[in-house]
Amino acid sequence: MRRLLTLMAAPLLAVMLTAAEPPAALDRPLTDAGQEARAQALFKDVRCVVCQHEAIADSPAGVAGDMRRLIREEIASGATDQQVRDDLVRRFGDYVLFTPPVRAGTWLLWFGPFALVALAALILVLRSRRRAVETTPLSPEEEARLDEVLRNEKLRRDPDATSPHDGR
Amino acid sequence: MIAEFGAFALALALALSLLQTALSTAARVRRSPVLAGAGQGASLAAAGAIALAFAALIFAFVVSDFSVSNVAANSHTDKPMLYKVAGAWGSHEGSLLLWCLVLTVFGGALARARGLPFGLKASAVAVQGALGSLFLAFAVFTSSPFTRLDPAPFQGASLNPLLQDPALAVHPPLLYAGYVGFSVCFSLAVAALIEGRAQTAFWPAWGRWVRPWALASWALLTVGITLGSFWAYYELGWGGWWFWDPVENASFMPWLAGAALLHSAVVTERRGALAGWTVFLALLAFTFSMLGAFLVRSGVLTSVHAFAVDPQRGMMLLAILGIASGAAFVLFAWRAPQLKGGGLFAPVSREGALVLNNLFLTAAAATVLLGTLYPLILEAASGATISVGPPYFAATFTPLMMVAFVILPAGPLLAWKRGDLRGAMQRLAVAAGLSILAALAAYALWEPRNAFAAAGIGMGAWLIAGSLAEVAERARLFRASGAEVMRRLKGLPLGAWGMTLAHLGLGVFILGAVVETGFKVEAARALTIGQSVSAGPWTVTLDEVRVVEGPNYLAEQGRLTVRPSNDRGRAETITSERRFFPAGGQTTTEVGLDFRGLDDVYVVIGERAGSPAEPAWVVRLYWNPWARLIFLGPTIMALGGLLSLLDRRLRVGVGSRRRKTA
Repeated sequence: MRRLLTLMAAPLLAVMLTAAEPPAALDRPLTDAGQEARAQALFKDVRCVVCQHEAIADSPAGVAGDMRRLIREEIASGATDQQVRDDLVRRFGDYVLFTPPVRAGTWLLWFGPFALVALAALILVLRSRRRAVETTPLSPEEEARLDEVLRNEKLRRDPDATSPHDGR
Repeated sequence: MIAEFGAFALALALALSLLQTALSTAARVRRSPVLAGAGQGASLAAAGAIALAFAALIFAFVVSDFSVSNVAANSHTDKPMLYKVAGAWGSHEGSLLLWCLVLTVFGGALARARGLPFGLKASAVAVQGALGSLFLAFAVFTSSPFTRLDPAPFQGASLNPLLQDPALAVHPPLLYAGYVGFSVCFSLAVAALIEGRAQTAFWPAWGRWVRPWALASWALLTVGITLGSFWAYYELGWGGWWFWDPVENASFMPWLAGAALLHSAVVTERRGALAGWTVFLALLAFTFSMLGAFLVRSGVLTSVHAFAVDPQRGMMLLAILGIASGAAFVLFAWRAPQLKGGGLFAPVSREGALVLNNLFLTAAAATVLLGTLYPLILEAASGATISVGPPYFAATFTPLMMVAFVILPAGPLLAWKRGDLRGAMQRLAVAAGLSILAALAAYALWEPRNAFAAAGIGMGAWLIAGSLAEVAERARLFRASGAEVMRRLKGLPLGAWGMTLAHLGLGVFILGAVVETGFKVEAARALTIGQSVSAGPWTVTLDEVRVVEGPNYLAEQGRLTVRPSNDRGRAETITSERRFFPAGGQTTTEVGLDFRGLDDVYVVIGERAGSPAEPAWVVRLYWNPWARLIFLGPTIMALGGLLSLLDRRLRVGVGSRRRKTA
């Protein structure tokens, strides 16, 4: 039965494989290597507008192929990266770029992480100032007592015991 | 019949979880060991009941019982057995059942844990029971996988072919074990807030109790995320392994919080300090897990991985998150001011370094949270739609982590309470020199020149050399006799080896990630039979394309030869497929991977192009240098976590026994 299915499906397969969704036309890299590198870098920042969360650099969708071609054409005609980005945003909105715009509404997004670290660091500094650690060196009696304890426990006193490990 | 049995077992588990909560609470209030024992029994029984329900679901999938709607929607008779079984957790309902299974099994393990004081344990078991009740109620009343279909279809709709992959069959169980394992940390934290007293020996002991659960969950989550990433790498067919996709972020947030928890729990265990903070992180880790469940299952996010589920169930999950975490954090806000754990320390000390570690890990988690939720919040608030993707995280997350990595190797070399920064730096001088050398060499020798990548290579080398320097320091390498070094190495606790491995694994991962990202080369061409395409030092020739028949798919399979472009070195033959699944009408690609040392030669055969007389296929070729390290690094990290877990000190009771003999 399955063999029969295969026989029936085999001629259809090639059609199905290509017709399942409109495939991306084959990419034609720009001849200028520098321009092509710029295009590739841009592809990573541009969202495929019909996909879930994919850059057009990583998407097999037909639309992604069209967008790649569009960007290559613009670069070939001399547009700067910024012009290409502006053009994309004009057509599709901010949504199309994976780099969110920096404006009043996104300050929290862009600067929040660093503000958090700065704030936490400030709190830590203030707290460590408020309660400076008091560690007085051992008195001679205490030193003698420590030696005795170590002797009784048959432990060596390590003169360069700067090691942080508690010996366990 | 089996579906009704499963539904019954599921309902029974809910009843048992409720009973567990009630009995354990009563036991705590009345200080009754009998009631506590009954509560623990109920916990074990609930785990057993869920296991039966899950077994029933798997059975329904194995025998392709399409009268069960979940099976009809996610299975197919032609599917290989592995994917029939894996189909049981391939949908929202099934994976929720898996979530509940892990939750109750961890609850059962908590109920069996020895050495915890009576009150703490009874409270923790009660909280775990309450968590179980919430999720089981959600499963029973909104998402039961045992609903029947009448009339039953003759054939199922099959599982999404992208998910029909060995890595993805085992990825959810591991991921969930990690996600949900944090629930025990959560329960222990709530119990500690109820029971905890200030300025006592309670907090170091609590740190020791919570650490094995955190370690186990974190290590499992590490493996789970790595497997998922590896799957994306070779199944999606675009050579990427991390997309900062919202669902990936959802799994990454608990991982970061868990990593912070591990480190902060060390301070609490050894020094009794940071007790409140450790409790906070324990609550946060599972809160992130629940947030992830909400994000993935509510449909608020667009992601490749999201379960398409109606918003109503999403609201219920949000309610569960609100109830559980809300209650816990209110309790925290109320009790935290009383949790002065003691243990003063100077800013430059082991504690100080771990505080910095926590600062950066938490800030990193906050960054991921912000980047994931901001588009949702902004759209709700102002209607503006933005996308937050890799460039944002490269500009925020990466620099934060880099600062943390610079500090990292110094931490283990600082003493508790008051450290000797200059001494630590002297001991790291060799490691620092080596890593600067590595960065310079990478910059000078690697084409094309890439300063960022060179700096990243230096960073990876710094972490690896720094970890090794720490072991060398502990063993007094080059300063003591060989026998003494050996004695010291043998004497090192497993926990120390675990830490070294985890930090080393991080360095290995960074090397792989940086080199792969910075130096990968790709090429695409339409090839007729016999033609070649080159990328980097590799040339790939298309030898043959034929139609092959899989168990539930048809495929065009390309056979290709990979050989070094300069013809020095062996040639390897690989296959890449383009599969068509008639059941769902989808196509997938099977990547041809040629492992060359640390590098991957990654080949994808694409659509047919060219004329019928002379057919051609679009072949995409990627040279991914050092890609092996991207997945090896996290594996080493997880291994480090596992090794730490085996440390005798963490086995409850050992410490007290030793104290008696001493």
